[in-house]
Amino acid sequence: MNSTLKSAWYTIGQLTDIPRLGAKVVTFHGQPIAVFRTQTDDVFALNDLCPHKGGPLSQGIVHDHKVTCPLHGWVIELDSGSATAPDEGCSHTYPVRVTAGKIEIEIQNMAVIEPNTETLST
Amino acid sequence: MTQTHSIPPEKPRLILIGNGMAGIRTLEELLKLTPELYDITVFGDEPYANYNRIMLSPVLAGEQTIPDIMLNDDDWYDRHGITLHKGVRVERIDRLTRQVITADGGSFAYDRVLIATGSRAFIPPLPGADLPGVVGFRSIADIDTMLKNCREDGHAIVIGGGLLGLEAAAGLIAHGMNVTVLHRNSNLMDRQLDPAAGRLLEKSLEERGITIRLNANTQNLSGVDYVTGVTLTTGEILPADLVVMAAGIRPNIDVALNSRLYCEQGIVVDDTLQTYDPKIYAVGECVQHRKQCYGLVAPLFEQAKVCANHLAQFGIAKYGGSMTSTKLKVTGVDVFSAGEIHAGEGHEEIVLADAARGVYKKVILRDNTIEGAVMVGDTMDGAWYFQLMRDKTDVTALREHLLFGQAHVGDAGHGAKARVASLPDSAEICGCNGVCKGDIVKAINEHKLFTLDEVRAHTKASASCGSCTGLVEDLLASTLGGDYSVAPSVKSMCACTDATHDDVRAGIYRHGLQDIRAIFGQFNWKTADGCAKCRPALNYYLLCAWPETYQDDPQSRFINERAHANIQKDGTYSVIPRIWGGVTSPSELRAIADVAERYKIPTVKITGGQRIDLLGVKKEQLPEVWRDLSAAGFVSGHGYAKALRTVKTCVGKEWCRFGTQDSTSLGIRLEQRTWGSWMPHKFKIAVSGCPRNCAEATVKDLGVVCVDSGYELSVGGNAGIKVRVTDFLCKVATEDEVVEYTTAFIQLYREEAHYLDRTAPWIERVGLPYVQRRLIEDPVGRTELAARFRLSQQFSQTDPWAERAAGKESHEFAIPLELV
Repeated sequence: MNSTLKSAWYTIGQLTDIPRLGAKVVTFHGQPIAVFRTQTDDVFALNDLCPHKGGPLSQGIVHDHKVTCPLHGWVIELDSGSATAPDEGCSHTYPVRVTAGKIEIEIQNMAVIEPNTETLST
Repeated sequence: MTQTHSIPPEKPRLILIGNGMAGIRTLEELLKLTPELYDITVFGDEPYANYNRIMLSPVLAGEQTIPDIMLNDDDWYDRHGITLHKGVRVERIDRLTRQVITADGGSFAYDRVLIATGSRAFIPPLPGADLPGVVGFRSIADIDTMLKNCREDGHAIVIGGGLLGLEAAAGLIAHGMNVTVLHRNSNLMDRQLDPAAGRLLEKSLEERGITIRLNANTQNLSGVDYVTGVTLTTGEILPADLVVMAAGIRPNIDVALNSRLYCEQGIVVDDTLQTYDPKIYAVGECVQHRKQCYGLVAPLFEQAKVCANHLAQFGIAKYGGSMTSTKLKVTGVDVFSAGEIHAGEGHEEIVLADAARGVYKKVILRDNTIEGAVMVGDTMDGAWYFQLMRDKTDVTALREHLLFGQAHVGDAGHGAKARVASLPDSAEICGCNGVCKGDIVKAINEHKLFTLDEVRAHTKASASCGSCTGLVEDLLASTLGGDYSVAPSVKSMCACTDATHDDVRAGIYRHGLQDIRAIFGQFNWKTADGCAKCRPALNYYLLCAWPETYQDDPQSRFINERAHANIQKDGTYSVIPRIWGGVTSPSELRAIADVAERYKIPTVKITGGQRIDLLGVKKEQLPEVWRDLSAAGFVSGHGYAKALRTVKTCVGKEWCRFGTQDSTSLGIRLEQRTWGSWMPHKFKIAVSGCPRNCAEATVKDLGVVCVDSGYELSVGGNAGIKVRVTDFLCKVATEDEVVEYTTAFIQLYREEAHYLDRTAPWIERVGLPYVQRRLIEDPVGRTELAARFRLSQQFSQTDPWAERAAGKESHEFAIPLELV
């Protein structure tokens, strides 16, 4: 398995592309990533996958710094990706920043690009 | 060299006197609201952290242990920075210098005091009552004494045949003692049961080996350095190795009296739980509120919430007293009682007595609402009667079946599962989430859960469809036991607010609130943006209140209503075009087939509502699919919405040899009038052409059954989780009247039901007579309702699919950006 971790910032559009308390989806090599905008214009990105049963978090209702999954109502913290108690589970989060009105997201290429062939073949 | 310390600003000091359930519950509520506001100190005169006093009965019976019933361990106090003084008794409060004085001479300054000293066993002033071996039944120490004195074939005398006395007796008999209960009059639990119920209970306890002596008054207790006997007023002497005094409880107001706080039976507090000293609050069994002292646990939870709100300086909550119910916690002996137990003037009684089965049920009515219930042997429906009582539901329509229980009034969901306590641990309680009885009981015990919401959060039981709510509440009651009461007095909309659905709906009109943020402000929402429960409800209430002006908030809608399609478990969507009255044509079918092929839609399914469902459509495909369907003349079928779904019809007299009216055309006409209207929940209509009822109209929200002389209208049916047959509303002569009554009924439901209430539970709450009053006895009101519905429809009958196919909300359906 490739051991060098590379990361890069990707621009995914304007802050104003996303309605407040809304989300948009981007994909990275097939992996959907949900990018959320809160009422106070904070932006968060996490895998668009509820740790419960894989529901699309991007389609949920956003409130404060949380989103409620549309499938079974789990509430996920946007900053940590963790489910709120008593549910347990976590969705992977990505660093994001807003520069001159543009949203940028940092992705470490490795984990997604390189298929884990060594493990498969041994 | 000088060093500067940053001194943290001094916090106000809150002292809690009494380390019991009421006080700690109040602190927990307070910490939820303002975790950092106070510097908190707790005094408890018992050498333990906080424990669940209502579980002492199972501990005595050997069903639970002391560690099982601890609620907050020492670690909890540490974690929240609370100083706990265990085994320290507070003597008095010096209100002039604002200090709490302990029995060991310590003094502690305060800014606020909360008194929660609870109650103590009332020990009648009998000669010998102070002998060792004579105990109350209130604390772990009492239980210790009782257990130490338990021995096979020993004699235990319990003085008092009330709730506590009987639980003590049942606990002691489990240890092999000979137990005699002495009760002062002729009726066990005379505060909660009528004589018939008392006799049945007596029989049931005697079968368990407990000797019951009625009209037995104690003269004195005898013994030299330990109790050995009880002498009755008749002169009879009963041998005793242990005497339990269960002659009632009294508020423990010593501290308050020593502090010269105004007390009557208890410490007198107002609706904010404040005593006559504004710096001092009090909650729980030591309190007297509106002339009432409570000895049960449910009121204390409500008081804790209100008191915490004021301690947190929010200043908006109000305690209006509690309605309480009682459940005896003796395994295998079911007793429930609430409200009035004896019929007085203006009361009616309905009684069911089946001595062979050991079942007795009595409901007391006044003006067709329940004011009391007494049950022995089968208490399955206690929670239901209590609910009807609390909601003051008009039960005229239920009266015939009332005593047979909720299972017989249309709720076929769980009727057969009576007596949840006797179910095995493996019995599935929640079918939606696969939660068994054992899981729920374990969660209640392990996580110290007290409320339905807590059980929902931890187990998911009753968190989806809610049909097992009654079972879960029963499990809570039977697991927590004792005097646990299941129903709080009012339910707030969600955790974001203390306001109820009705408060909010009324407030929108009263204050002319025009958007969600205005509601948050008016009702002091605790969260910045609300949550997934309240926002959709508020959006609907505003839409219903101001149809002409309110701007719908898509971000406050569940995804299905935002995307105008139904999300599936894999994240794709289903599309159901409207097929008016279920009547279609070759060209329409061809158009649907073309769309299915063109977009490679994997599944095409006929629905139960006479329509065609296209399943597996990707979100970004939706506008194109809709565009093609629109071109063929279709509009949205709202199969995803809290709105009118289908109007199911049979072919009626046009074809059917039995048909009495043109049910198909009438169905289409109704659908064209009512489609597009947002409602509290989904709404289904059916029209059958004759009483054979092929369109199954009697399990719809509104059903029309055509007869030769007109149209029979019935409402509130449901074929889902709980099968409920509609209630007959009225018969009308013309199609125009069908339309008027239907639209008026829908508008009444739209304006008054809580969000997410189907018509069935709404009607069960308000009672059918209420609906009849509004729609039949008040023709002017009915036409006004119908007119308001027509007005609102002017703004809602635009096809959301056509709009989106033309580009509206395009960001919602954008193809995800691929990052490379």
